[in-house]
Amino acid sequence: MKKIAIFLSLVIFLAACGGGQMTPPNQPTTIKKTSSSPEDDMLAQGKGIGEVKSVELGTPLDQARVGRGKSIYDMKCSACHKLTAERVVGPGWLGLTKTRKPEWIMNMITNVEVMLEKDPEAQKLLELCLTRMPNQNVSIGDARDVLEFMRQVDGEK
Amino acid sequence: MKQWLIGSLIFVAILAFAINGCKPQNMATAVTGDAASKVYVAPGKYDEFYNFVSGGFSGQMAVYGLPSGRLLKVLPVFSVNPESGYGYSEESKPMLNTSHGFVPWDDLHHPELSQTNGEVDGRWIFGNANNTPRIARLDLKSFKTAEIIEIPNSSGNHSSPFITENTEYVIAGTRFSYPMDNKESNPDVSIDTYKDNFRGTVSFVGVEKETGHMDIAFQILLPGVNFDLSHSGKGPSSGWFFFSCYNTEQAYTLLEVNASQKDKDFIMAVNWKKAEEYVKQGKGKKQKVRYAVNRFDEHTHTATSTIKEEVLVLDPKELADMVYFIPCPKSPHGCDVDPTGQYIIGSGKLAATIPVFSFAKLQTAIQAKDFDGDFDGIPVVKYESALYGEVKKPGLGPLHTEFDGKGNAYTSFFVSSEIVKWNIEKLEVLDRVPTYYSIGHLCVPGGDSQKPFGKYVIAYNKITKDRYLPTGPELTQSAQLYDITGDKMQLLLDFPTIGEPHYAQACPADLIAKNSLKIFKIEENTHPRAAKGEGQAKVERNGNDVHVYMTSIRSHFAPDNIEGVKLGDNVYFHVTNLEQDWDVPHGFAVKGANNAELLIMPGETQTLKWTPDRVGVFPFYCTDFCSALHQEMQGYLRVSPAGSKVELKYSMGKTEKPE
Repeated sequence: MKKIAIFLSLVIFLAACGGGQMTPPNQPTTIKKTSSSPEDDMLAQGKGIGEVKSVELGTPLDQARVGRGKSIYDMKCSACHKLTAERVVGPGWLGLTKTRKPEWIMNMITNVEVMLEKDPEAQKLLELCLTRMPNQNVSIGDARDVLEFMRQVDGEK
Repeated sequence: MKQWLIGSLIFVAILAFAINGCKPQNMATAVTGDAASKVYVAPGKYDEFYNFVSGGFSGQMAVYGLPSGRLLKVLPVFSVNPESGYGYSEESKPMLNTSHGFVPWDDLHHPELSQTNGEVDGRWIFGNANNTPRIARLDLKSFKTAEIIEIPNSSGNHSSPFITENTEYVIAGTRFSYPMDNKESNPDVSIDTYKDNFRGTVSFVGVEKETGHMDIAFQILLPGVNFDLSHSGKGPSSGWFFFSCYNTEQAYTLLEVNASQKDKDFIMAVNWKKAEEYVKQGKGKKQKVRYAVNRFDEHTHTATSTIKEEVLVLDPKELADMVYFIPCPKSPHGCDVDPTGQYIIGSGKLAATIPVFSFAKLQTAIQAKDFDGDFDGIPVVKYESALYGEVKKPGLGPLHTEFDGKGNAYTSFFVSSEIVKWNIEKLEVLDRVPTYYSIGHLCVPGGDSQKPFGKYVIAYNKITKDRYLPTGPELTQSAQLYDITGDKMQLLLDFPTIGEPHYAQACPADLIAKNSLKIFKIEENTHPRAAKGEGQAKVERNGNDVHVYMTSIRSHFAPDNIEGVKLGDNVYFHVTNLEQDWDVPHGFAVKGANNAELLIMPGETQTLKWTPDRVGVFPFYCTDFCSALHQEMQGYLRVSPAGSKVELKYSMGKTEKPE
């Protein structure tokens, strides 16, 4: 009886293994170095990643933009960003336009998921704050308004 | 040894045969071929169909994906839902208002998708409340209950909410006939005066084309019988509506015996175009009743409830050519119209035959006045004159029929627990499969429209028994999915359902998914107490009412420290979710809350009323895991004794020393 049990389990074991074959190891392949992509160029220039490739800043400030930017800040940003340099949930905004490229700021606002995934500066901020910046559904135009408001916060005229 | 082995093998074989022999409907034998691969939806892939299934006595509607059978969401409709605060939040409470006051539960039997030109259009889905007669309209962009209308002159709103081809009307027939409403109440009469005093109605609820707003256009006053299911005519039978009726015996006690005396009850045919003409001619009579119309506004995120006091009633005894009865065998339940609109299929739940009526023959019979007398003043068309033919011996207890758009009908048989496929023109049974067990309704995606998507039929069963791991005396109910693309139906999947699944509807996912709302735009939030930005967060006292204008965003509330609330105050937390990202609701819960929590969608404002019952410090927190710092999303509210001098104050981010 014991023999039958062993025999049966052997049959089941063999059946379970049936069809399994070792696959040959992959041939080593050579990886060709590709020339840097436009995305890499953007990153290298500190512009972040996103639809915003270049921004022209004007002086004096566009006061209509500043006003719209402030109301967007009040509604969608002020919960996490102070207008001083103090970090709360997110970094304080004071001085940001001096240290970051305008393209980087606008891409961070409008393309936050990709930025957190690929941009080293954005990743450093995530490590610091440990709260992923929410996508607040801010359009490119609205982000430009917010940028103008940030410039005012930094004392631009 | 060998003999012993052979002996025991025979014994096992006999035993196996004995067990399986008693249960030929065993799952193992019922599933054949590659059923698993036909229902497998790989991670990250979407289902092909949405399936909206009634939640029965749960009062809710459930959304499943097909073919996987995965539960996607439970939509609160007629019952309060502590998961989201529906029916508990100040904004949603008016949705459950009725002429009887706040009714926080019901019994939802039939979902019905809106149609355009007789085809499912994916805009709205309707559902009925049986108990306190109501019809709900759910918006399939937001998957929220957008509107609920109460039906006066109705008791047991079972015969609803079936729609016309362009969603002009959603209809509601009363299950119980009773003494009609009269303002606040119906007359106090003896129950044994049923034949004299009890009446039935069917209501045509108008649906506004763009907004979907519902209101009762007219009601038709009918003899005292029980109205059951119904379906709209289509194609050649456009402008007509068909209802099954039982208890033409007009019994009012021990109905299980007394209402099955007659060999035939009726299918009622209503010419609603004719009824519309009478309404235009001012032939209806206004009657004093009370009913609630409740609407949810997507911008204020708030429902309003309006009590209406009048309804227009048409009486077919005085207004001819509007209503006819057709005899139908043995207590008809289902009443279905095929996609071509030529055939009306009755289903006598105590019958062993399926009668198929011809709309063309019905019209000829009406023209020729080929009547078999009248029933309480309404002409009864001769059975044979309207009959196209009968499906002989299809099974026991036919209930409901849906269609595949290829000339075939699928009828559920409650008593014999099976689905039977038959050819409409030839009246021939083509195939039958067992269901597990006691099937009620069945559903083919688009199966009651002019354009069915005849890929699957789904059985919704009353009994589950041994289908799943046991969970005590109560088992979740079940549905079964069958492939109907071949000549023979093939069982693919068995999935559990919430509450008691009655009817269901399904439609291709791309009709709905592409329009699905992801957030409420905070810019468009017009809630009067919204805080659109943390700068607007504040606390105000108004007598004994304390209003907290609170914001939530990953991962904090503002304000998060509140003092100066006193015993005897009512605290209203008006929480605005500032997030503008898909699938990031925030929860709000406060210790000792007697009602529920809130679940606030991105860009939405919802209000929880909280009445402290003791002095102390009460924490509140977010209930929906929102970020790595979710546990830190919290705050404190201090409650001082009544008459205490603690000033009302609030803060967020302040860490000064106490004075």
